[in-house]
Amino acid sequence: MTGRLFLHELRAQQRLFWRTWEATFFTFLLPIIFLAIFGAIYGDADIDGTRGSTFLLGGMIGFGIAASAFGGLAITVVLRRESGLLKRIRGTPLPPWIHLGAMIGSVLIVTAISVAVQLVLAHLAFDADLPGSPWSFAIELLVGTAAFAALGLAITGFVRSAEGSSAIVNAIYLPMTFISGAWFSTEAMPTFLQAIAEILPLTHLLRLLRGSIVSGETVVDHPTNLIALAAWGVIGLVLALRAFRWEPRAT
Amino acid sequence: MRAIEVRGLHKSYGSRKVLHGLDLKIESGEIFALLGPNGAGKTTTIEILEGYRDRDSGEVQVLGEDPATAGSELRARIGIVLQSSAVYPQLSVVEILKLFAGYYTSPRDIEQVLALVGLSDRRNARVRTLSGGQKRRIDLGLALVGNPELIFMDEPTTGFDPEARHQAWDTIRGLRDLGATILLTTHYLEEAHQLSDRLAILHEGVIAAMGTPEGLLAASGAVKITYQRDGELVVMRTDEPTRVLHELTTQALADGVELEGLEVRRPSLEELFLDVVGADE
Repeated sequence: MTGRLFLHELRAQQRLFWRTWEATFFTFLLPIIFLAIFGAIYGDADIDGTRGSTFLLGGMIGFGIAASAFGGLAITVVLRRESGLLKRIRGTPLPPWIHLGAMIGSVLIVTAISVAVQLVLAHLAFDADLPGSPWSFAIELLVGTAAFAALGLAITGFVRSAEGSSAIVNAIYLPMTFISGAWFSTEAMPTFLQAIAEILPLTHLLRLLRGSIVSGETVVDHPTNLIALAAWGVIGLVLALRAFRWEPRAT
Repeated sequence: MRAIEVRGLHKSYGSRKVLHGLDLKIESGEIFALLGPNGAGKTTTIEILEGYRDRDSGEVQVLGEDPATAGSELRARIGIVLQSSAVYPQLSVVEILKLFAGYYTSPRDIEQVLALVGLSDRRNARVRTLSGGQKRRIDLGLALVGNPELIFMDEPTTGFDPEARHQAWDTIRGLRDLGATILLTTHYLEEAHQLSDRLAILHEGVIAAMGTPEGLLAASGAVKITYQRDGELVVMRTDEPTRVLHELTTQALADGVELEGLEVRRPSLEELFLDVVGADE
């Protein structure tokens, strides 16, 4: 029964995602578009001793996960909460956690497709390297998506209105993608920004992903990054459990 | 079995007391209207019954269960129309009904729901393209799709034009005829009068009056007699209209004057309502 309900809800969440062009564009297409643009610009260059396209591939996959699991999920949840949809769902026999679980499951599907497209594009068009261990790479994607989804649910508790949701969420994760080094090398950054980067979850996810793609390493080679990322996920979960609201906050 | 039984319900928001000692009994199969001025606690009451809000004290039974602790079994037996419309704008009418039908173990037939809410010819339209009134009918459809025994409706016809309101009344009567119990709030007194089997007026956190619309009007007694004399409007209220009217007309005949604009009528539900809630307004 629970499994059937989850699949029923997951199918609906997928349909809703692909019919929402803002979500499709900003969380699915944008990382692919940026990979194509920046791959053409500096795909052949050398960044931190790595081929530019390989460096960029890891960066855009990380950016995509932050955009969909954190940004897209948080904005969607706030819009649904403020419109009263979450409240309405709580008035049906559907367990609310199945609704949230299906939203996160839908993010995972979108991430998987997006990553597959990026791997093919980067490899064929820009001669980028591919992950050495697919299984370890999959684990990294899974932990990264889960951690950012938890943080995304947590941030909804601090966003009070639908109008402000995309501004607040973008103001948080877009600077993070620059400081964490999704787009370019962070070596030339001022020391205080490098110190901040050491804390940010995306930095740790990018090290895991680039470890896989650049040098064929696995999660076992980067235990501290994996632990740091998981710790962010736990912090997100604790905050989400405290701050998450089902009912509209703006009145 | 009673559909709803409430005894001594108390609820405060901070220092603001909203309900103090509310008692309510709603029988299975009736349409019950909860009336009251804005801020009287109608939505608070209905949301406690729906399980959205906790109560401070009092006993509440909805279909024999306590909504504060009940799980999805109770939610499968009730339908809810919230005060504001909330639906997925990206889905078509039939898609959103099918989505919600999937949450229930024995849902109502989708074609029947479409027919009940009058959206059969808009079945494939995306929700975002519908008018406000049509979206409100989807709200109603989503409340019916689980084939509920008890339906809560918080101001279901607010914002409707008169024709749409009459259609909604027909739908709601149809649901009762199919065996459902309906609790609705409204601030349209005519709606309560036309639609409800029984109604209650909520005032200052308690039920101030309760009964059938006709019974309440009959019990309020006073018949209003108005006429004009020497250009001045005279209004009389009496429990003995026959005697008063006889005396009045006898006197007028004897004086050889006409009672201009003579009118004898029972007060409307609106006047009854204002009598009940209007003392301090």
